[in-house]
Amino acid sequence: MTRIEAYDKVTGAARYAYEFPAENVAYAAAVLSTIACGEIDEVDADVVLAMPGVLTVLSCENAPRLTRDPREGELAVFQSRKVSYRGQLVAVVIAETSETAHEAARLLRVVYRDQRAPGLDLRTPAESQDDKPYGAPVEMGDPDAAFADSPVKVDATYRTPAEHNNPMEPHATLAYWEGETRLTVHDANQGPSRVRATLARLLGLDERNVRVIASHVGGGFGSKGTARPNVVVAALASRAVGRPVRFAVTRRQMYAITGYRTPTVQRVRLGADTTGRLTVIAHEANELTSTVSRFTEDSTNPSRVMYQAPHRRMAGRLAALDVPSPSWMRGPGETPGMFALECAMDELATTLGIDPIELRIRNEPETDPTTGRPFSSRNLIACLREGARRFGWEAHKGKGLGVAAATFPVYRSGSQATARRESNGRYTVRIAAADIGTGARTALTRIAAEALDVQPNAVTVEIGDSDLPKAPLAGGSMGTASWGTAIVRACEKLLADPTAREASADTTAEVQEDSGYSRHAFGAHFAEVRVDRATGEIRVARLLGVYAVGRVVDPVLARSQFVGAMTMGVGMALTERSVLDRDGGFLNTDLAQYHVPTSADVPSIEAVWLDEHDPHLNPMGTKGIGEIGIVGTAAAIANAVHDATGVRFRDLPLTPRTVLPHLDRLRT
Amino acid sequence: MRPFAYERAATPDEAVAQHTEGAAYLGGGTNLVDLMRLGVAVPSRIVDVTHLPHAQIETDGDGLLIGATVRNSDLAAHAVVRERFPMLARAVLSGASGQIRNMATVGGNLLQRTRCPYFQDVTRPCNRREPGTGCPAREGEHENLAVLGHTQDCVATHPSDMAVALAALDARVRIHGRGETDLDGLYGDDPARDSTLRPGDLITHVHVPPLAMPGTYRKVRERASFAFALVSIAAALDVTDGVVRDCRIALGGVAAKPWRARRAEAALRGGPATEDAFTRAAEAELAAAEPLRDNGYKIPLARNLIVRTLGELA
Amino acid sequence: MPEESQVSLVVNGRTRRIAVDTRTSVLDLLRERLGVTGPKKGCDQGQCGACTVLLDGRRVNACLVLAVAADGSRVTTVEGLADEDGPSALQTAFVEADALQCGYCTPGQLCSAAGMLDEAKDGWPSAVTGDLAEPPELTDEEIRERMSGNLCRCGAYVNIVEAIRRAAE
Repeated sequence: MTRIEAYDKVTGAARYAYEFPAENVAYAAAVLSTIACGEIDEVDADVVLAMPGVLTVLSCENAPRLTRDPREGELAVFQSRKVSYRGQLVAVVIAETSETAHEAARLLRVVYRDQRAPGLDLRTPAESQDDKPYGAPVEMGDPDAAFADSPVKVDATYRTPAEHNNPMEPHATLAYWEGETRLTVHDANQGPSRVRATLARLLGLDERNVRVIASHVGGGFGSKGTARPNVVVAALASRAVGRPVRFAVTRRQMYAITGYRTPTVQRVRLGADTTGRLTVIAHEANELTSTVSRFTEDSTNPSRVMYQAPHRRMAGRLAALDVPSPSWMRGPGETPGMFALECAMDELATTLGIDPIELRIRNEPETDPTTGRPFSSRNLIACLREGARRFGWEAHKGKGLGVAAATFPVYRSGSQATARRESNGRYTVRIAAADIGTGARTALTRIAAEALDVQPNAVTVEIGDSDLPKAPLAGGSMGTASWGTAIVRACEKLLADPTAREASADTTAEVQEDSGYSRHAFGAHFAEVRVDRATGEIRVARLLGVYAVGRVVDPVLARSQFVGAMTMGVGMALTERSVLDRDGGFLNTDLAQYHVPTSADVPSIEAVWLDEHDPHLNPMGTKGIGEIGIVGTAAAIANAVHDATGVRFRDLPLTPRTVLPHLDRLRT
Repeated sequence: MRPFAYERAATPDEAVAQHTEGAAYLGGGTNLVDLMRLGVAVPSRIVDVTHLPHAQIETDGDGLLIGATVRNSDLAAHAVVRERFPMLARAVLSGASGQIRNMATVGGNLLQRTRCPYFQDVTRPCNRREPGTGCPAREGEHENLAVLGHTQDCVATHPSDMAVALAALDARVRIHGRGETDLDGLYGDDPARDSTLRPGDLITHVHVPPLAMPGTYRKVRERASFAFALVSIAAALDVTDGVVRDCRIALGGVAAKPWRARRAEAALRGGPATEDAFTRAAEAELAAAEPLRDNGYKIPLARNLIVRTLGELA
Repeated sequence: MPEESQVSLVVNGRTRRIAVDTRTSVLDLLRERLGVTGPKKGCDQGQCGACTVLLDGRRVNACLVLAVAADGSRVTTVEGLADEDGPSALQTAFVEADALQCGYCTPGQLCSAAGMLDEAKDGWPSAVTGDLAEPPELTDEEIRERMSGNLCRCGAYVNIVEAIRRAAE
């Protein structure tokens, strides 16, 4: 069975949000602030409004009021004169054509009162006592004293840069109204139900009068997880001109208004006895957020579950700075956090002179080391051993090989779904899920077919529309688990009543039941790198990921997810870095300057998984697979670079600029 | 994008006549159309020169006469270029993507503008784009910018790979009605200016004299493909009996123009073809470098590239 | 004032005559005026390859080609790769190798691959070709280099290369 929408995608028939036909459509183009903090004095639209083809301009001077929601600061578009970061949306021009809209946006005169120099500095954990702690810190035993007393220590600080999701499809919306109260949007997002709820709240509409359609979505990786300003702007613009409006954020604008991964500064202290048994893990992280949206990445999260150690500290601090708002990016928390922890483990292994896989085996916890709960299943060591065997770990050490572990929590949200018996033995399953490239349509078809005990081709799954039964978003690696549970329950109900035409399920109560287990996916990443000592160029020769993720619903889709996430991990390790300029805005805001990997950067990537049966998860027995593939990749690559060069690099990405001066020192 | 009139020129004279004030020549459009969309270039008239009769590569004697509207991919695929000027073919092939090379013209490639991030963003100051507004790169972000020949006003680098090879090859650029210049003459010495061309000047051909020694091009970049050079090198070397008879070295990614390493060449000529000699020559060239806070890595990178590339050619 | 110009292009075999703003790119002409939405806008700067089409048989970034400059040209988009018998070998290979995820880069990947295979057939070299004087063999390394102008953020490269190799055989 191939991906259900594959032929639509290879023939160009699959339509994305911007592309749906609309009569008499108008086009919108955004204007972003050019100062980092201050106020808008004036939006002088006269010149622009006089341009032929310009329909109107919306800004803080004339935009309709939205319902206030302090949690959605990014969505309060045009609601205030305050400018909170460089690149904030300050106006939108609506015109007959996209060419005219963009030209008018370029010429629109916005007068600012620049108030002060922006606060932009992300400090180290040691320096940042006044930044706010986030989350629920872990403090067990006496980490400081235990570290002081440890015979073997690692105390290292790691830095990861701001990174941008950069899905290939820029955030885009086509909006149209029927009357004053009924709104339809085709919108690029990861969860139509959630976007509908947000839009209805902001616009003061009844949810039943808002329809959000996301048939095909060109990637998101977290950046389309929540409603983005584009959907609000398109709705307001369409109402203002009384016509359908198409609005796409430009690639350059995405760097400011569609989220990014916070930079982190992480200090990891590991104390061990001489056999490598950890006595203390202290993982502290500093992250930033904007002043309009409080977002926490929680990079210390994975250190809660990875290794045993009686003395533990996991704590993070958040600085609210005059910068664009960070948000989810693939594997938030785990991805930067495991870069730090897994490099530190490699450093400890080097210090101890023991194999890094053996070090991890010696610190395998029997139960969740922070909560004390049993693991529903945990096969990290099996992943490491299987990977070592497949990768030729023993034979190649010292030739540029590295290993790192990966983990990701198992989440699940309540969802609704319906299953319907059609004539001629067919079934239709409906759920407002989103397929952002994961293959959700296909995986859910398999799950429904299995629950109904029919062939997949007897089932039609309808997704991507908020008029379908309410569902959580595609994110947190929980889509399949959340949607699948609801689909299985709906199918079970339908089968239980042979006379019923349709059955519905709502798993809100079911997913709230406490399993009593600590539930996480685990994996092991292996990397082989080639380092050019004369130029500092690092290329990945081979990558292998071995995963323990419960049951895999569709091996083809799963492999694509793992390999894809590992590819993104190559970018994180070697090329991706968003530069915040001193003026408070991101600087390298295009794909020629922000380097995502190309095909030439990823010669060989393999992903395999273990047969894992975990009865404590959900009816399918699945853990999420969308994010764990990136989690340990950068650490494995950095550890491989250490293996190849003998130099420990703790700041990502590993480019000639950061690497060469250290290698050159060794040469001369 | 500012509205503009579109003209299609059939002859060079017509093109020059159509190039009134505020006009711009359009080749492949791979840089100009992007800059127009960014508001960096705001021509009121576009003169399309891709229909001029300059799309041929002539092999006069052993040299090359390359028409200015020859597409980059045709240049790199040309049998004579591949066989006798592999340095040039490799330089072109290492630039951009297959699609861009299919569009980009030789003349446009020479005249593409810096990819300095400040230059490309009209909301930020830039002396090159708007003289007198300042250069934030010097104190700000400059890790990809110049280490040689820069001034207080501008630390930009030239983005072309092809131009680096042409500089090493002593190529001459023909300007309609104005004769020829070498690449140093084309780009001039003021890093804040894109070139010495006057408005309306039209490049018609590039003449490449024969080169009777093995040469190559090597480019270092952050990712494996489709990225501008951090540092690149075009080099050719003639070694007889262990002695350097002749050599050519040009560096990319280090200055506002392709940097012909004449000091290194002078240091090498007549001397031994040894790693020591290559290192000394590289260091002689790079002694003049003035790295900024975050781009000092380009100096060992350029030195190592010179030493390695010459070693491979020796 | 916007300037208008009449252009005529053959899009997927069908002649289209239309008045365009001189600023209109071939990509926007296709997507916003002609309803040909297979070509995608990923960056509008020639930096991602999602808009790749064949212009008179050669792969180009449609976002950087002005429609007025393309007057008189033949444009083939992903919609034009298939014939009456169905999807092309490349399209089928992409489906079978799962060489796509979100699908947004896919039309560009396919047009780029089609153009690239023709370039290879014509003996064009690439940056990784060893001996430039010889016609190159289309190894996986060659495919990876030649396709580097088409970014895929989902990371389907490994399968894309596989699909192209299968289709080339």
